[in-house]
Amino acid sequence: MILLRLFLEFFKVGLFAVGGGMATVPFLSKMGAATGWFSQAQLADMIAVSESTPGPIGVNMATYVGFATAGVPGSVIATLGLITPSVIVVLIVARVLTAFRDSKLVKNIFYGLRPASTGLIAAAGIGVVRICLLNPDKYALTGMLSDLIQWKGILLAAVLVVLTRFVKPTKDLHPVVFIALAAAAGILFRFAGA
Amino acid sequence: MSDYLNLFFTFARIGGLTFGGGYAMLPMLQKEVVEKHQWATEEELMDYYAIGQCTPGVIAVNTATFVGQRTKGTLGGIVATLGVVFPSMVIITVIAAFLSNFAELAVVKNAFAGIRVCVCVLIFNAVTKLWKKSVTDRPALVICLAVLAGSVFLDLSPVIFVVLAGVAGVLIQNWKEKRA
Repeated sequence: MILLRLFLEFFKVGLFAVGGGMATVPFLSKMGAATGWFSQAQLADMIAVSESTPGPIGVNMATYVGFATAGVPGSVIATLGLITPSVIVVLIVARVLTAFRDSKLVKNIFYGLRPASTGLIAAAGIGVVRICLLNPDKYALTGMLSDLIQWKGILLAAVLVVLTRFVKPTKDLHPVVFIALAAAAGILFRFAGA
Repeated sequence: MSDYLNLFFTFARIGGLTFGGGYAMLPMLQKEVVEKHQWATEEELMDYYAIGQCTPGVIAVNTATFVGQRTKGTLGGIVATLGVVFPSMVIITVIAAFLSNFAELAVVKNAFAGIRVCVCVLIFNAVTKLWKKSVTDRPALVICLAVLAGSVFLDLSPVIFVVLAGVAGVLIQNWKEKRA
């Protein structure tokens, strides 16, 4: 029955995630917490892999989660679940193309949906920051503020923010470049302590 | 038959050769759909692409369904969509199978601990980009912050926020109109 559940969960994501690949992240974050299929750390890894391989990010994420949950059948079913609502909606819209394009109701709905999607992704981002840049568990144990923060991670994040946003020659590079850079830094400075 | 195969493989090529999905796909679409196959004009493609962004789901999938439907009807839409997701399914399954075998290696653990930091930055960049496009006035700012606070502090499904925000969008725009 896990396959049916995968299909339905991803059908929901496909129907309600608005605004591109990253918009699926808040749904997946909730899905992981609710089903126990994957942890937030695993979700972050999946985002990284999805960003650094070809293909739409949302589809990559669905395939990855499906595979991690139920092997190859899982990856197929999760992806089909994600794209089914898209296909149905677009096939309907394609028939009433001009009416849809000029509809004030559609414009007004999206006026509300877009900022909501931004807020949802930001909230999911805070969840990822919690596990990547902070040590909430260690802090709860020792109560030392210096134990709350992962200094190496913060430093790397600062460097990456500067490279991806402010330095002209590197700003427009593909995310895969920065993911590779971060992987190298992680290995070199033993980010996992392993 | 060959028309459908052509749709499938064209979209499989588009899916397999674009990194980063939706937004990165446009140049490939222009080359394949407009120039090479003439399935749509430049203007039509821009329409499909714009509508692909404001129908639910993944933009690349929506655009593929659209072009397929306009070219060869409902079945064409389905075939083009299966084409665009096919490379992802193969590539990701191979990588996921590979990674699950090596996840316990120290070097892999350290690499992914570093990569996760980069993911934080990528999400942050995506949020600021979307912020500029979506938070266009004060009511939109309120919606964004309310959803952010709501999903951090309440244990609710994102679906609820999406539905409420859609309703709020309609109500706010109607209210603005009445005041104007």
